[in-house]
Amino acid sequence: MKIALDILSWVLLTAGGVFVLVGGIGALRMPNLYTRMHAASVTDTMGAILVIAGVMIQAGFTLVTIKLAAILLFLLITSPTASYALGNAAMLAGIKPDAGSAADPEKAP
Amino acid sequence: MYYAVTLALVVTMALALARAVLGPTVYDRVLSVNMFGTKTVLLLSVIAFLYGRPDFLDLALAYALINFIGVLAVLEFFRSRAIRREQERRDGGPAE
Amino acid sequence: MTVLFGVLLLTLLVITAVAIVRTKNLFVAVMLLGIFSLLIAANFFLLDAADVALTEAAVGAGISTVLFLGALALTSEFEHAATPHRWLSLAVVTGAALVVLYATFDKPEFGDPNAPVHQHVAPWYLQKTPEYIDIPNVVTAVLGSYRGYDTLGEVFVVFTAGIGVLFLLSARRGPAGRRRPDQAHDPAIGLRSHVIPLVVSRLLAPFILLFGLYVQFHGEYGPGGGFQAGALIAAAFILYALIEGEERTLRVLPQGALNALMVGGALLYGGVGVVGMLEGAEFLNYSVLAANPVKGQQLGIILIEAGVGMTVTGVLLSIFHAFAARDRA
Repeated sequence: MKIALDILSWVLLTAGGVFVLVGGIGALRMPNLYTRMHAASVTDTMGAILVIAGVMIQAGFTLVTIKLAAILLFLLITSPTASYALGNAAMLAGIKPDAGSAADPEKAP
Repeated sequence: MYYAVTLALVVTMALALARAVLGPTVYDRVLSVNMFGTKTVLLLSVIAFLYGRPDFLDLALAYALINFIGVLAVLEFFRSRAIRREQERRDGGPAE
Repeated sequence: MTVLFGVLLLTLLVITAVAIVRTKNLFVAVMLLGIFSLLIAANFFLLDAADVALTEAAVGAGISTVLFLGALALTSEFEHAATPHRWLSLAVVTGAALVVLYATFDKPEFGDPNAPVHQHVAPWYLQKTPEYIDIPNVVTAVLGSYRGYDTLGEVFVVFTAGIGVLFLLSARRGPAGRRRPDQAHDPAIGLRSHVIPLVVSRLLAPFILLFGLYVQFHGEYGPGGGFQAGALIAAAFILYALIEGEERTLRVLPQGALNALMVGGALLYGGVGVVGMLEGAEFLNYSVLAANPVKGQQLGIILIEAGVGMTVTGVLLSIFHAFAARDRA
């Protein structure tokens, strides 16, 4: 039973790590502010859920699990709100969500 | 088991830092600071288990709350600055 | 493995520091300072110093960013051009850096149990705390009781900083006609487009306050204490001010109450010390506060941590309001 739980949390943690890395690479390589926001939000949701779920399984049914659940809840509530406020502010400041020449049909070969 | 995740988290923090240094507009930098904050919360949670001190999770919780406030403060700063510039423009020329 | 992570984080720290110094845009520097604080907090956490990490995260990454932004709103965004060719400064800084690097060659190994810092007072603290004070968190015991005099100095330093800022920055509120329309209700600004942060902040602010109180009183059992709790409670009020506007926050917690918190906290701390003297022992000796000396120590620590929390909250919020009022008037 313990082995099964360990393997499960190993899988969850690794998947979480993969999502976090993907989001990080996306935030660096994407061409535009809005696409970068899209990539960063992957880490804030999937990455956070998988990593904290993996760690929660290791903790068992103690107070620590409840604290972890509280951390996950606050992350899930505040991170998208911050992204929303950021997108809103960028939009109001006039940054246009054009994808650059990557999506320009005239320049496509 | 936790080392791989911790390494992934630290690498992503480095990538976010690169975006903060490079980002052409200011909003890229705010985005990267927000991402950095959530990565720090995850890193603290995982390291608390790595070292067998799960009672240090209070730190991660405090940090999750503080990060939100920091990002909102930055955006409020921009909003009030944009409003001030708009008002000065409407009043006819910059007052400064 | 700890060493590897520590080295990675410290490398990121150096990169951030170089970027902060090199950038000409002060706003970017403020953002990078937030990242700097986070990296240092993570590093402290790796070194197993949880109380310091919590204080650094709460004060450095949260409150300091807000205060820097408040100051930046009053000045220009770009640095003036630096004077070129400052060879003397470069030489002095390089010389000092080389001296410090040379001094680190004599340091003991990381985590060496025979290091001098682990030899003299530290084992005594670790052994005697269960007997004299009986709280699990030895850091709070050292901060509150063994080195209580130093903490008294810290509280008074924070208090002095608060009244110093109030002397320098306290602007008269402008006449009512000149005031900008209250930003929270001005429809042109479009609070409608900010409904989501509004709702989420209203949901979160009571929890942040509750968490601040938890950290305040939990300081004896885990990381926490007065400084961190003061920063968290001030952060909750700052969140309210960011969303609802600074004038409404002043109606919730007026400046008079903030002054009372500032002064009351410092008085509480000093008062506990004086009560110790009145009971016949030395200043700041908590053992005489209750019939059982161990209970007296615990009571004393709770009271002084409350004093610290009150002063820190009052000072941080007063500084925030002083910056915002300066902007408004």
